[in-house]
Amino acid sequence: MKKHKIKNYPHYINPYFGGLLLGILIIVTVYITGRGLGASGAVKSAVVTSVDVVSSSHAEESAFYSKFISDDHSPMYNWLVFESIGIFIGGLLSGAIFGRIKKFRVEHSPKITSKTRLIGAAVGGILFGFGSQFGRGCTSGAALSGTATFSFGGMIVMFGIFGTGYAVAYFFRKLWI
Amino acid sequence: MGPLIPNGILTGNWDFVIALLLGIAFGFVLEASGFSSSRNLAGVFYGYNFVVLRVFFTAVIVAMVGLLYFDYFGWLEMDKIFILPTYLTPMITGSVVMGFGFIIGGFCPGTSYTAIAIGKLDALVFTGGLFLGIFLFSEAFPLFQDFYYSGDMGSPTITDMLGISAQWIAFAFVVIALAAFWITWIIEKRVRKNITPYKF
Repeated sequence: MKKHKIKNYPHYINPYFGGLLLGILIIVTVYITGRGLGASGAVKSAVVTSVDVVSSSHAEESAFYSKFISDDHSPMYNWLVFESIGIFIGGLLSGAIFGRIKKFRVEHSPKITSKTRLIGAAVGGILFGFGSQFGRGCTSGAALSGTATFSFGGMIVMFGIFGTGYAVAYFFRKLWI
Repeated sequence: MGPLIPNGILTGNWDFVIALLLGIAFGFVLEASGFSSSRNLAGVFYGYNFVVLRVFFTAVIVAMVGLLYFDYFGWLEMDKIFILPTYLTPMITGSVVMGFGFIIGGFCPGTSYTAIAIGKLDALVFTGGLFLGIFLFSEAFPLFQDFYYSGDMGSPTITDMLGISAQWIAFAFVVIALAAFWITWIIEKRVRKNITPYKF
């Protein structure tokens, strides 16, 4: 029984050590680039690029897309796109080292079906993407890097995300516990 | 001396190589800490797993204190670093919407990329949702353009808003974080009966 437990236990690093590494990484990132890390910006670049490819006149006329379109390079030629590709590779490396890369699967609470989990993931993703535009960034760019660089807006977003999470957790408890 | 790229010490040609390397380090830490699992992440809201709070708050206090030391030693010109601007009402609104997205979807953007890397299809669907959400926002932009730019306060720091020096802000964050680590450890022990303590 004990052996079985150890075998299935995911070998995560100590969270405080992880936090220390992440904090050092933010310092290094700010020291080199003058700004913090991000994540949602890469998806925005992908959206802008897709719309620009499908209908460039529509993209140019839009007050939003046109902010991110330039004549000399693609919107994908962007710092956050390369950084986000890095996030994926980093996840792949860690997953390989700790033996967590397995065949494609849906992770969910035993009390819900895969289908419910996937609907939740889709709805949550849409809300997160939508909200990140008003928030000027997501958990990485606004809440984490923003707060770490003493930005007032970053702190607002941090308290907003986690505060809302706690406030409404009760209503969505069946998805998780 | 720093920041290196804005000060022209590192030339722009290295931008994307650096972006990729920093991203790899970021993704590695997120995955290794257990952020590639939505159930680990959601645990912070139900008291059975506070890994998000531990990693997030440790990172914030280490970065805050570290940046202040870099400034103190003259290694980093703090007035040259990017401060996220504040648009008060849209950012409060956006963060509330993101809070719903977090509790329903179980991921945030960065963590979902690392979860895709280890084969989680729910993370792939979440990222598809992100794409759709940003697309819907962009298409509907004319409807709420005025709201999007409302509440513009420039790029104030917490110090600008509260009149408390950055050193005291960082100190307060450290004290609050340490208290939160201690309290959440007690909560988690009660929620998960047979949890083993973390070892370095």
